[in-house]
Amino acid sequence: MSVSELVNGVLSGKRRELARLISLIENEDPEAAEVLSRLYKNTGKAHVIGITGPPGSGKSSLVTKLTAELRKRNKTIGVVCVDPSSPFTGGALLGDRIRMQEHTLDKDVYVRSMGTRGHLGGLARATSDAVRAIDAFGKDIIFVETVGAGQAEVEIIEIAQTIIVTDVPGSGDDIQAIKAGIMEIADIFVVNKKDLPGADRKVTEINAMLDIDPIERAWRPPVLLTNGRTGEGVLEVIEKIQAHLQFLKESGLLEQKGLQRSRDELHDLMRYKLTRELYQKLEGRPEYEAAIKKIAARKEDPYTVAERLIAEFLFSESR
Amino acid sequence: MKDSSKLRGLVNKWEDEAVATTVKRFPEREKKFETISGLPVNRLYTPLDLEELDYEKDLGFPGQYPFTRGVQPTGYRGRFWTMRQYSGFATARETNERFHFLLEQGQTGLSIAFDLPTQIGYDSDDVLAQGEVGKVGVAIDSLSDMEVLFEGIPLDKVSTSMTINAPASVLLAMYIAVAVKQGVSMDRLRGTIQNDILKEYVARGTYIFPPKPSMRLITDIFKFCSEKMPLWNTISISGYHIREAGSTAVQEVAFTLADGIAYVQAAIDAGLDVDDFASRLSFFFGSHSDFLEEICKFRAARRLWARIMRERFKAKNDDSCRMRFHTQTAGCTLTAQQPDNNVVRVTLQALQAVLGGTQSLHTNSRDEALSLPTEQSVQIALRTQQIIAHESGVGDTIDPLAGSYYIEALTNKIEESAVAYIEKIDAMGGAPTSIENGFIQREISEAAYQFQKSVDESRRVVVGVNKFTVEEESKFDYLRVNPKAEKEQVKELKKVRLARDEEKVKKTLDHLHTVAKSDENLMPPIIDAVKVYATLGEICGILRDVFGEYKAPDIL
Amino acid sequence: MSSSKKIRVLVAKPGLDGHDRGAKIVARALRDAGMEVIYTGLRQTPEMIVRAALDEGVHCIGLSILSGAHNALFPRVMELLKEEGIDDVLVVGGGIIPEDDIPELKKAGIAAIFGPGTPLDEIIEYIKANVKL
Repeated sequence: MSVSELVNGVLSGKRRELARLISLIENEDPEAAEVLSRLYKNTGKAHVIGITGPPGSGKSSLVTKLTAELRKRNKTIGVVCVDPSSPFTGGALLGDRIRMQEHTLDKDVYVRSMGTRGHLGGLARATSDAVRAIDAFGKDIIFVETVGAGQAEVEIIEIAQTIIVTDVPGSGDDIQAIKAGIMEIADIFVVNKKDLPGADRKVTEINAMLDIDPIERAWRPPVLLTNGRTGEGVLEVIEKIQAHLQFLKESGLLEQKGLQRSRDELHDLMRYKLTRELYQKLEGRPEYEAAIKKIAARKEDPYTVAERLIAEFLFSESR
Repeated sequence: MKDSSKLRGLVNKWEDEAVATTVKRFPEREKKFETISGLPVNRLYTPLDLEELDYEKDLGFPGQYPFTRGVQPTGYRGRFWTMRQYSGFATARETNERFHFLLEQGQTGLSIAFDLPTQIGYDSDDVLAQGEVGKVGVAIDSLSDMEVLFEGIPLDKVSTSMTINAPASVLLAMYIAVAVKQGVSMDRLRGTIQNDILKEYVARGTYIFPPKPSMRLITDIFKFCSEKMPLWNTISISGYHIREAGSTAVQEVAFTLADGIAYVQAAIDAGLDVDDFASRLSFFFGSHSDFLEEICKFRAARRLWARIMRERFKAKNDDSCRMRFHTQTAGCTLTAQQPDNNVVRVTLQALQAVLGGTQSLHTNSRDEALSLPTEQSVQIALRTQQIIAHESGVGDTIDPLAGSYYIEALTNKIEESAVAYIEKIDAMGGAPTSIENGFIQREISEAAYQFQKSVDESRRVVVGVNKFTVEEESKFDYLRVNPKAEKEQVKELKKVRLARDEEKVKKTLDHLHTVAKSDENLMPPIIDAVKVYATLGEICGILRDVFGEYKAPDIL
Repeated sequence: MSSSKKIRVLVAKPGLDGHDRGAKIVARALRDAGMEVIYTGLRQTPEMIVRAALDEGVHCIGLSILSGAHNALFPRVMELLKEEGIDDVLVVGGGIIPEDDIPELKKAGIAAIFGPGTPLDEIIEYIKANVKL
């Protein structure tokens, strides 16, 4: 498929083209960047909702139930589920889709599973761009389900406007995980499996933690109870999602987040491009290799060499 | 004590001298010997391994608590096990013919296989039934099919086992209705419904409803049968499918008994007295390929269940502690390569089951890794049982391997390991919870994968598959399910729908809907509905409306 | 970590049969061989399978049936793929499939059938050699 075919396909709602584009993104194919740059103006419309929380805390079933409810309201839905890739073989079992079965044949729902392919932070490297592709494809709401391994899954904050942190009653360790990393990023807490004993206690615990939290918040994250199996409590989650979006808009935070994200993204891209160009220029050149040898032999130091090489590079570029 | 220290000395001497010299010259085949389930196997077992064994407490006598040595006081000296070949395919008419053939061949009980749409509560004309009608068993849509299925078979004379789970009530109701038409009252009916939903969630996959209403359907049957069908086995708690899904022998015992515990607890919670229903519980195990381990497995399961019933559930009657079970030789050990070799595998597995004291037995046919079995293959399979019964002499004395140092030591080991698993499951909140959180499924998957890898890497030999292979002209005659079966069945169903009294159907179904929403027993309204030819799909449809459907968690 | 092209496989159980031991073992083996495996779970209609394959951008679909419904369901999957304009996905089948049925299934577009006892490596190697990345 050519770049134009992909661009036109995605914009006119063709699943096959969208699927192909996401594959290109995952494979870091240069064509993907071309397509994405042409789609960029058509993005930024979707409400991206991150779902994170420990394994077994019902992320997929919550997404399924939210999707069912939002479909009743004629919202179109995209879902990206991220599962860990094996660090040894690079393979991955992507099993979240099983829970989304009831939406498989709905043409207004698009589900894509992704392996992390070695990327840390709870997402795949490709997730952000895949979400953008689905955004351009025209889905109203996009759920991004993180790996859920716990600690450092804060990357989601860069792509989602609203973040739901899920948890289940029982196992007191989870709360440690929440404390350690994702407490700060939650906009909504969902305690799933409300039929299990200890659900109410969990809600109290999380609320108590929010009470003593030193961070100043304009939005106090609500703590909700749901039952992923029966769908109990899902309506309330949707209400809060909408309220949160409303809050973001009214407080100007949405705009602010948008600016911040554009700044970060531009910064990242420039850094990536610069580094790549620099390397391409230097890698394999005899004077570069000689400098490395001198550093290793302690005849030169890396700080000075780095300064010099970058200065030379910038100078040659500006000439 | 003095004796044992002397013996220990002798054993050590033998190990250090005789064994050591031999091993030096002729190393053993393996560094470490293990059963197929991974339990350690020592070079030799002696009385030292049984020092803790208390004959009265741990073995006892046949027909007496804890039933280690079997559930019948006379073993097979009174009557052989029931030879029960699982069969059923295509339409009720064709299966009825196969039943007559089997009974003429000397089979002593019927065992019905239903097709998948029937097992999952869909009529043959449902879109989801496409391609599946009559494939793995017989298609039953309404009472009319059931009448044809048992035509010419007196239901007071045979015992019938039905492999049906989620819609067990409906098929049982149909069976009762056919019997009544034959003039046989339900208190004289003998047979079994599988009715074991927990293992469907874990291993077999033909579930319909979520766990809670499913458990209610089951306890409703317990209650109904304890009052009206004293000879009927209300459930067959099945380890077979757990084993087929790849579990080890220990896991098979542990997960099956954990399921059993859940059913007993549910019935007690529903207000039944344990001694009113426990004697009608039956079990179903696989007979896999490790000959001695399997014999021990059966003995261990029997003893452990007896202890659970007495100690945990305080059953007063010995009958409530008596584990009776059906056995099937392990389908997963059959090979598509050199299929005639399967006859030998099945023979060994059948012998294990008999030495383990099974109450009934299905022997697989050699061609089942290829397709449904032909009549000729089924005959060989049945003859295998008859040869064991009538020619081998193994049934002439009871539990003949008891007292073997290895057999008793391994029986103990399996029981202990199963207890450890059950304790883990209890700590999680019981079998239903550990199924819902995927623990049991993951344990089985892992075992299955490890096993397959050991075969692939030739650490384990499967004759004809990874060793002793030949180039095969694979021309094997096999059974073709009548390709028109689906069409014919759908046509029959249409006829039934046209001939019945729609008003009565609607009335009984409405009533069923009401009862389903209440907590009254579901059996009576289901019987009413099948009698007026409401279809299986319609009845299950009503229950789906009220109960919802189960969705499997994503466990790999 | 290599993030170059990865083989993506959909392992699916069409029809009503619940015997998923084989499907699950194959799914795990493919993962261990470095592939990304999407497992659909039980009771998938051909429509659901093709939609999942389409959305997930897979290179290969592995179908497993033990109930005997393969003659109806496998070709239906192929038909739907064609309707969607998907012609670059490798489709393989497994389960209890009589020898006599294989020619018809191959004619319908199923690339290979793996019966009971097939070594996992054979499946892995076949997929690696035949997918179009």
